[in-house]
Amino acid sequence: MKAKDILSNGIIRENPIFRLVLGMCPTLAVTTAAINGLGMGVAVIFVLSLSNLAISLLKDYIPEKVRIPAYVVVIASFVTIVDMLMHAFTPALYDALGLYIPLIVVNCIILARAESFASKNKPFHSFMDGIGMGIGFTLALTLLGMIRELLGLGSIFGIKLLGEGSILSLSLFTSFKPAIIMILPPGAFFTLGLVLALINKITEKKESKQA
Amino acid sequence: MDYALSIFVILLSSILVNNFIMSRFLGICPFLGVSKRVETAVGMGLAVTFVMALASVITYLAHYFILVPLKLEYMQTLAFILIIAALVQFVEMVIQKSSPSLYQALGVYLPLITTNCAVLGVAIINIEEGYDLFQTLINGVGGALGFTLAIVLFAGIRERLDLSDIPKPLQGFPIAMITAGLMSVAFLGFQGLIR
Repeated sequence: MKAKDILSNGIIRENPIFRLVLGMCPTLAVTTAAINGLGMGVAVIFVLSLSNLAISLLKDYIPEKVRIPAYVVVIASFVTIVDMLMHAFTPALYDALGLYIPLIVVNCIILARAESFASKNKPFHSFMDGIGMGIGFTLALTLLGMIRELLGLGSIFGIKLLGEGSILSLSLFTSFKPAIIMILPPGAFFTLGLVLALINKITEKKESKQA
Repeated sequence: MDYALSIFVILLSSILVNNFIMSRFLGICPFLGVSKRVETAVGMGLAVTFVMALASVITYLAHYFILVPLKLEYMQTLAFILIIAALVQFVEMVIQKSSPSLYQALGVYLPLITTNCAVLGVAIINIEEGYDLFQTLINGVGGALGFTLAIVLFAGIRERLDLSDIPKPLQGFPIAMITAGLMSVAFLGFQGLIR
């Protein structure tokens, strides 16, 4: 397998959120705004790629029986690094993500990739797999964050597009009333459910065309 | 009296107002994975309650008697996840030896709990909120009861969903998400109970 294929595999074909449906907790919790989704995604790219690399390098030295605790220790170390870096350099994002930064440890994607990919493949390929999966995760989170922010607050990345004070001063755009429920917990479930349904619909059409 | 009130508020808040699944999004993986049948949902709920109560107390003790005196607070994440993993393994072995029937009922759920973010989540929340030992225990038990409540209700709905005529693209996860969203709207109604 080529490194490029491994990279694109995580972004589209096996997108962790839309295809594998892994790592739901941060997905639902932090996507209240596009920037939070993006920040969470970048943190996950960092942890996932480096933990995949480290585990792939260590795989011959870790005894079979204690491999899961060993993987968790590796992952937790990288999460601690991210936690400290974000606390120091991006305090606003750190406050917004709060509890969910230490919880990257128990994000199922990271352990799943360690177990199913990094423990069987070469270090470089594992690293690329981490990057690809991480980018797929980031794109999914940013997309969900954009939808929820747009419908819930009328803005994307903090730029007002809909509702009063919109930068697009057409009455079509300014008369929009934001639906607060989209940035409350129920909105997270609804958005993800509908996006998943849409993706199912599209792939179903594609498959029937090929057949 | 004030203390008793604070206990009551913590309990109410962790079960209903800040329900772990519906408003904090902790433990979504088992919530979606093990909610196809009501019996399995009850089993998972019981296992989580047991582990969360124990984990809350032990991480509390570890934080205030080991990490704080040694000024190792930054090792919190690493220490807590190791404690939880070891605890789950230990509980599994004890139950297997002492009560085979309970092991039969809970056994399969126990390994899954290590990666349940609700357990690590409650441990971190306890420390952040500065609860004392008893409040920690109450928050752990309350959070787990809230989790059980949500997962059992959800399993009940999903059993019905199996029998209904759902449009093809919505089958599986999408309809489960939308169902969970509607339940979450209901839980929003508790928001005004406490401030």
